Amino acid sequence: MKNDNSKVQWVAPPKLGLLGKSYLMLFLHGLVTAMRHLLFHKSITLQSPDERHAIADPVHYRGVHRLNKDEQGRVKCVACFLCATACPAHCIDIVAEESPWPDREKYPKVFNIDELRCIFCGMCEQACPVEAIELTSFYDLTGASREEMIFDKEKLLSVFDQTKDREPMPSKRVISATTGVAAGGQA
Amino acid sequence: MAKVTIDGREIELPDGVRINAIEVAKRMGVEIPHYCYHPGLPIVGSCRMCLVEAGNRDAKTGEIRMQPKLVPGCTIPATDGLVLVTTGEKVQQARAMVEEGLLVRHPIDCPICDKAGECSLQDYHFKYGQSARRTDVMPFTSRKRDLGDVTLFIDRCVMCSRCVRFCSEVSGTAELMVANRAAHEEIDVVPGFPLHNELSGNVVDLCPVGALSDKDFSYQQRVWFMRQHTGVCTGCAQGCSIHIEENQDRVYRLKPRENQFVNKWWICNEGRYGYHHIHDAKRLAAPQYRNGGKTTDLDWTGLPEKLTKKLSDAGRLGALFSPFLSVEEAYLLAKLIKGIDPQAILAMGPVPTVGEDKKFPGGFVIAAEKAPNRRGVEEILGYFMHKLLTFDDFLNQMQRTELQGVWVSGGYKGPWIDAATARKFDAIPLLIVQDLFPSPLSEIATYTLPGASFAERDASYMNRYDRLQTSRLAVRPPWGVRAEAGLLWQMSGRKGLYSYRAVLDDLCREVLYFAPAAGPLPDVGLDMKINKLAKSGALAAKMA
Repeated sequence: MKNDNSKVQWVAPPKLGLLGKSYLMLFLHGLVTAMRHLLFHKSITLQSPDERHAIADPVHYRGVHRLNKDEQGRVKCVACFLCATACPAHCIDIVAEESPWPDREKYPKVFNIDELRCIFCGMCEQACPVEAIELTSFYDLTGASREEMIFDKEKLLSVFDQTKDREPMPSKRVISATTGVAAGGQA
Repeated sequence: MAKVTIDGREIELPDGVRINAIEVAKRMGVEIPHYCYHPGLPIVGSCRMCLVEAGNRDAKTGEIRMQPKLVPGCTIPATDGLVLVTTGEKVQQARAMVEEGLLVRHPIDCPICDKAGECSLQDYHFKYGQSARRTDVMPFTSRKRDLGDVTLFIDRCVMCSRCVRFCSEVSGTAELMVANRAAHEEIDVVPGFPLHNELSGNVVDLCPVGALSDKDFSYQQRVWFMRQHTGVCTGCAQGCSIHIEENQDRVYRLKPRENQFVNKWWICNEGRYGYHHIHDAKRLAAPQYRNGGKTTDLDWTGLPEKLTKKLSDAGRLGALFSPFLSVEEAYLLAKLIKGIDPQAILAMGPVPTVGEDKKFPGGFVIAAEKAPNRRGVEEILGYFMHKLLTFDDFLNQMQRTELQGVWVSGGYKGPWIDAATARKFDAIPLLIVQDLFPSPLSEIATYTLPGASFAERDASYMNRYDRLQTSRLAVRPPWGVRAEAGLLWQMSGRKGLYSYRAVLDDLCREVLYFAPAAGPLPDVGLDMKINKLAKSGALAAKMA
């Protein structure tokens, strides 16, 4: 049934000639592309783990978690459980305790992340009200047992020490005005 | 009959109902937000959150006259012709202003506040507050002060004075007061007289915000992780209605559940904190068999059938019924033992009693009898034995009749039997003890079976006023523990999983006293005295 609305324009694919029907030109076109890739492009396959991926922006990469420290070297986390609440994989386990410091109500006595359960979605990072938990650019984590892959507070804090210069906390980041990419500041 | 109109809808109240506008609105499903009003406390009308437009309908002409100013709903009695408007712009503005005023000096530390998730200030802010904050106060850490039994977070307080009124009216101890005036108002205690009474935990429940914090619960768990289960407190013979709040098989707190027939809105501290034994590491964890001086840990596989057989082969039987058993378990156990040996001696275990009943000015009572189900077990034993035997009677009869097999049910929260009494059981060839904790008796038992705590089973208890209430399973028992109910169910040869309702139905059919419990039990429980009423009614009819 044809609509007699004059505003509707009806279009149809163009009729193919003999050459078009044979798909010979398309076939040649594809062949040329493949040959170009084969001859002139550099291979992008990496010999991992001898060669490493270059991560374009480590600040935005979602790899292994870290627990950030404040200026005095204390864990920044206030044990509010919001990361554990947001976590869709239920991989964060926190035990809170009254903090020994006057400026803080409570802090995590235990902070475990099951890295095997984690799906690296970054929701914990977004939920955190005090930028205490972040995902780093470490992506190849291995372990000999499941227990080893449950990262405790000390381990997560040590990830911070290793990555703080390369990937500063959001509040320490200097965003380049021209490129918009975060460059390193001092954490 | 009073006719009240709320937002254009009418409701008729029966004569003699004396409630205020907030309660009427609640009956109609209309929420009037409030902080300082609580049905169990005197009305002060200080928070101004329940402001509504109120007026009167002239009975003759039908003309409605509204009052020019907003009126706090908690102070308006529901009288005939009352007209309320709770949705108007005026009311909405008033609520937003109250919310804004309360939040001016609030720390807004919701992420670390234990109340977050069940906080009236938070809920009402999202419902009735403004999205933007006009003050330039940044979130800060609240000051805190130790008040004794609870911790006060001074800056989170909204000065509703519920806690102050509770201490003066319900517990009658009056430790708390409002110190200073106006913007400097704070809840405080007189130096040297901390908040310390047997009902002090209730002020934490009463607090609509996170100002009062339970020392037992603080920092333990966020409230949205916990699931609430209907429970009954097993601390004393009152049988208060409670909520058991649990996450991943760990009980984090007990809260009072409103029950006008038993505990109103309150529970005592003893009941509130009386759950720690559930997670005690000293609990019995596996069934054990003792032969001579040798103890072996057993597996549950096939054990119930084996126990039934051992009991059948034993000869004369006896059983001790703990007042911590539920009516279902007591019935199953009595039926099992009497089924094997019709001459068996069934008796009541020791009923722990501490001091005397304690009555508070608000009407709350803490019973001296520290067991939940003496009455229920008594009725069942009365049916099976025709004469109620006490623990002492049982000890006497045990020596006289040379019992061959004895089943002892424990379930006590603390030590209940001394070594000297336990030694009287030495001569019994087959002694089966099911208990929560090791005791001198479980040390000499042939079979020691680990039992479940009150949160780990579906169980009905009858309090000392004959009110039957069901406490539902909240957490699973620890590995190696089988609840008495499930074990007895299997030993009785019943198929499938334990169902408290099925046992209760059988009990209702067999024991006349429990007949009223045939239908589904309401959450507030069922008064079994209805039996006695029926009996006296029949008697009166006969005499007339």
